[in-house]
Amino acid sequence: MKIATVRVLVRLLSVVAVLVAAASVTFFAQLLVPGDRATTILNLQNGREQEWTAAELAPVNQRFGFDDPLLLQYLHYVGGLLKGDLGTSYTQYQSVTSVIGAQIGPSLALTAAALVVAWGLAVGVTLLTVKRGRFVTGLGSGWETFAASLPTYWVGVVLLVLLAVKIPVFPVIGGSGVWGTVLPVLTLAIPLAGFLGQVTRDEFDKVLDQPFVTTARTRGMGDTAVRLRHGLRHAVLPGITLSGWALGALVSGAVIAENIYGRPGIGQVLVTAVNTRDVPTVSGIVLVVAGVYVVANLLVDLAYAAVDPRLRSHARVATA
Amino acid sequence: MTTLAPALRVPAARLTGLRARPGTVLALGFVVLVVVAAVAPGVLTDRSPTAIDFGNALAAPSWSHPFGTDEVGRDLLTRVIHGSRLSLGIGLGATALAMSIAIVLGFTAALAGGIIDTAITRVLEVAFAFPALLLALLLIAIFGPSATTQVFAVGIGSAPGYARMVRGQVLNVRQAGYVEAAAALGHGRWTVLRRHLFPNAMRPLVAVVTLGVGQSIVWASSLAFLGLGIAPPNPEWGALLDAGRLYITTSWWLEILPGLVIVLFAISVTTLGRTLQRRLEGASR
Amino acid sequence: MSVDTDRTRTTATAAAAPLPVAPEESAAPVPLLEVEGLRVSFAGKEVVKGISFTAHAGRCLAIVGESGSGKSVTARTLVGLTGPGAEVEADRLELGPHDLTTLGERQWRRIRGKQVGFVLQDALVSLDQLRKVGHEVAEPLAVHGIGDRRSRAARAIELLRAVGVPEPEVRAAQRPYELSGGLRQRALIASAIALDPPLVIADEPTTALDVTVGAQVLDLLAASKARGTSIILISHDLAVVARLADDVAVMQGGVLVEHGPVEQILRAPQHPYTQALLDAVPSEHTRGTRLVRPADGEEKPARTRRPVDRGRPLIEARHLVKAFRGPDGKDREVVRDVSFEVFGGETLGIVGESGSGKTTTARIALALTAPTSGEVLLRGEPWSGLSPRQRRPERSRIGVVYQDPLSSFDPRWSVARILADALSRGPNPPGNGREARARSRALLEQVGLGAEHLNAAPLRLSGGQRQRVAIARALAPEPDLIVCDEPVSALDVSVQAQVLDLLTDLQDELGVTYLFISHDLGVIHHMCDRILVMKDGEVVESGTADEVFERPRHPYTRQLLTALPRLEVAR
Repeated sequence: MKIATVRVLVRLLSVVAVLVAAASVTFFAQLLVPGDRATTILNLQNGREQEWTAAELAPVNQRFGFDDPLLLQYLHYVGGLLKGDLGTSYTQYQSVTSVIGAQIGPSLALTAAALVVAWGLAVGVTLLTVKRGRFVTGLGSGWETFAASLPTYWVGVVLLVLLAVKIPVFPVIGGSGVWGTVLPVLTLAIPLAGFLGQVTRDEFDKVLDQPFVTTARTRGMGDTAVRLRHGLRHAVLPGITLSGWALGALVSGAVIAENIYGRPGIGQVLVTAVNTRDVPTVSGIVLVVAGVYVVANLLVDLAYAAVDPRLRSHARVATA
Repeated sequence: MTTLAPALRVPAARLTGLRARPGTVLALGFVVLVVVAAVAPGVLTDRSPTAIDFGNALAAPSWSHPFGTDEVGRDLLTRVIHGSRLSLGIGLGATALAMSIAIVLGFTAALAGGIIDTAITRVLEVAFAFPALLLALLLIAIFGPSATTQVFAVGIGSAPGYARMVRGQVLNVRQAGYVEAAAALGHGRWTVLRRHLFPNAMRPLVAVVTLGVGQSIVWASSLAFLGLGIAPPNPEWGALLDAGRLYITTSWWLEILPGLVIVLFAISVTTLGRTLQRRLEGASR
Repeated sequence: MSVDTDRTRTTATAAAAPLPVAPEESAAPVPLLEVEGLRVSFAGKEVVKGISFTAHAGRCLAIVGESGSGKSVTARTLVGLTGPGAEVEADRLELGPHDLTTLGERQWRRIRGKQVGFVLQDALVSLDQLRKVGHEVAEPLAVHGIGDRRSRAARAIELLRAVGVPEPEVRAAQRPYELSGGLRQRALIASAIALDPPLVIADEPTTALDVTVGAQVLDLLAASKARGTSIILISHDLAVVARLADDVAVMQGGVLVEHGPVEQILRAPQHPYTQALLDAVPSEHTRGTRLVRPADGEEKPARTRRPVDRGRPLIEARHLVKAFRGPDGKDREVVRDVSFEVFGGETLGIVGESGSGKTTTARIALALTAPTSGEVLLRGEPWSGLSPRQRRPERSRIGVVYQDPLSSFDPRWSVARILADALSRGPNPPGNGREARARSRALLEQVGLGAEHLNAAPLRLSGGQRQRVAIARALAPEPDLIVCDEPVSALDVSVQAQVLDLLTDLQDELGVTYLFISHDLGVIHHMCDRILVMKDGEVVESGTADEVFERPRHPYTRQLLTALPRLEVAR
């Protein structure tokens, strides 16, 4: 009980630490922008590069609080964060929270769907192709190497050209309907499935050589049952530990997929913001993603404990 | 035959080296081709990457233009060949930066231990899983798009993954029997570090670096694809993709063929890296 | 299974009608399993070369051999799991009424578990770590469609109770890693006999276990045998075999070189390989002689010991205590008040089961671990109390030989570099490369290796050769003392004999002093002048080898000695 409590506390502390660290990074990122921030903002709003007079700069400095001491700005920023205020966009004169809030739903849906599809693909392919003779195994691992090497944008472009332009099965501009979501989800899922498949295959391959699998066979268990009952659970473990990383990769991919398919979501907002060098919006998105990422990782930990009872036990795991 | 099996496996693993696999040979061939294109593009083509031919704009792939032409009639294959120098440079630069950061952090964490190790490890864990693209975008938002920003964005983004690997590797080697055996012979800490720890921990990373160059190029081209790379007139693989996006529904080759070159390069490098990895493992286990 | 034989039998017949019941014992022993001319090859390489044997109900056949002999392949072939790419041929392969040569995979699956139970070496890896022990034990029932979920759970508990697992209800709900090694192995056996198969094959069932636990597992198999089960025991250990087997088949290089009743094989072996194998087993009988008989000689030559210097002890440990912080934050003492002294030219043995603290004691002597309290003196001067800087130049005075020599060599280094490095740490480091090579060559010769191994990578050497290089490295800086930590535990018995002979030869020639750690009482008795018996971090008994082994005073020592499988050979 004690150890479990300590572990939960450590987890919670690290969650807070991650968020504070991310907030600090984004705050200082805004300071790092070369040149005077008020000048940058006026330049952005007027679309030209020029010097501004102190009188012109004053209201901007006033509005964004650039005249305050650094520490005060920092506390103000962090205090705002606690209230859900992510700052004000340079270009849209709108709170970053409302800009992101309107867009995050479709992005989350896309990411979650892609994660599920990727796992399905990866597990399906490994179950069917691990240790099935040279040819089938080669086919399976060849597919995985290929898929894992594919950049998201290329998968997106190829799927778009093939299945929306040449053979118009799916719409070119996706929208957020189910039909329009198929291609973006596949775009994200295929490279990830390749990667998860490689990890799962390596482990599956090792597990099927383990004595406990041989033991199961000596009890008269058939190959399919051995794979499902004994192999699968062990084989997905390393993949699950990488799920935190996979989520990160999916978020990166989502930005690209949303841009290719013109899908609403934070990807669009983000790229526009980077292009206009709207640092508060970019920072806000980074922070929100950090938050989502922290929650997702807690979920991954829970999933891992569900699959591997050794983590729930108080006893130290003996060396395997 | 539990005791026999590992003994048998080692020579078997060694036989599947470079010679036996045609895939590895093809991969090596392609990588060499790209390197030649980067160092001396003139060897592969005598066309100019900037020669404009409006009469021949957006021509589909043909014998005279295997990759087709772009919106102002420039030969796409020539642009891809000339673009490899900058792309490869960004890939190598980013990997070198990432590895340098990784070695410093990884060794510090593993050798210092205690609270320093815990702190570095926690930070690396978070940074490793944090979407690399977002970090890169934040950097570009601050410093503006350029080749240098790309190198830093991709290098910093991929450093945590390598650093974790370096740390794990150092811890692994530090527990190895030969490190203790050296200590039992009376060698000092620095001697053990220099003669055993460093070379053995770095050995498997050779393969990782190979893989890393491919990944860096993919990452850099992703940024460029989003329009956040190098300004258009320079031929660079990612920049070509960015330029072609406008014509995606009509002229597919502008996106798919340069992309294919990047994909082939990434796969070739992965194949080489894996072969290298297998050989190194075979030699040390 | 006396517990519930009737029920299992009836359900078994009901579930798979075409399968007849296992043959009952009759007056004339009808062979249960008949194997004739069994050949197995992998990729054209024959590893089992036409062997024949039979197994009978209520008897145990042991197949004995070293690694590479083909004994495990044979065992797996008997359940149709030889492995991918294997070609199996046999003139005859019959289990009761079943002709095994004609079976397809589906039919094999009905044989496995129901007609043949299989017990593998290490239950930690032979049971699925992610599943409950109860599920694992009852899996044969589930696979063969016997009973429902609830009745299977009840049966699993009965089976665990029958194999002597205390609190079977609790254990059934735990996972394998929560059980001790002995309990795990019992659970594995419970699963193998769940369907009361007429034949049980046990592949090295006690190798991963401590002596006392191993003895209990052997008793369990003997009980099964007494109830009429036929047992095939696969083992490298002749002593284990002597405890359980009725018949013994000795395998070497895929061939059965000798086959007969256990008394005959152990007392009057005919084949030279069997004789060498028996000679190679270290025990109280082999003390003071070499283990490997010279090719021409009848008698094994006796050792010519140098006198032990009983003056000042070479190394002296006083009240050593070592505590480690456990995962629960409490300190656990793994070494408690251990004192000993080793005199020049003698061998002090530390024997104990896993977790007894013997390796930690060795590490303290090597000053690789600092004691929590107590001290180690080297030639009467402080050793454990020195600062690392003061100790470093002196370290070469104690050499070390590990169980796994390969991991103790830098994989990038050749034998020449390993030895040159060790020589450079000694009191007379070689002046140049040429001298280093010459002295390395001399060292190799001393440990029975040729100069051709100088440029080899340790990975390319055999296990015995590697251990010889490790010994050469330990000798190189001319140490006062060599600590040997389980130096022969990973080796086959014949290679073990050669390495032990080398160690005793070196002692006779050079007067080397050993601190010798082992779990193997036979090895300890063969090698050591004086012995410490350790249990749970404490020395429970110490004395000369003969005192400890012939007149043990502590109950634990007696228990160890009773549990020790012995070759009762009057030779």
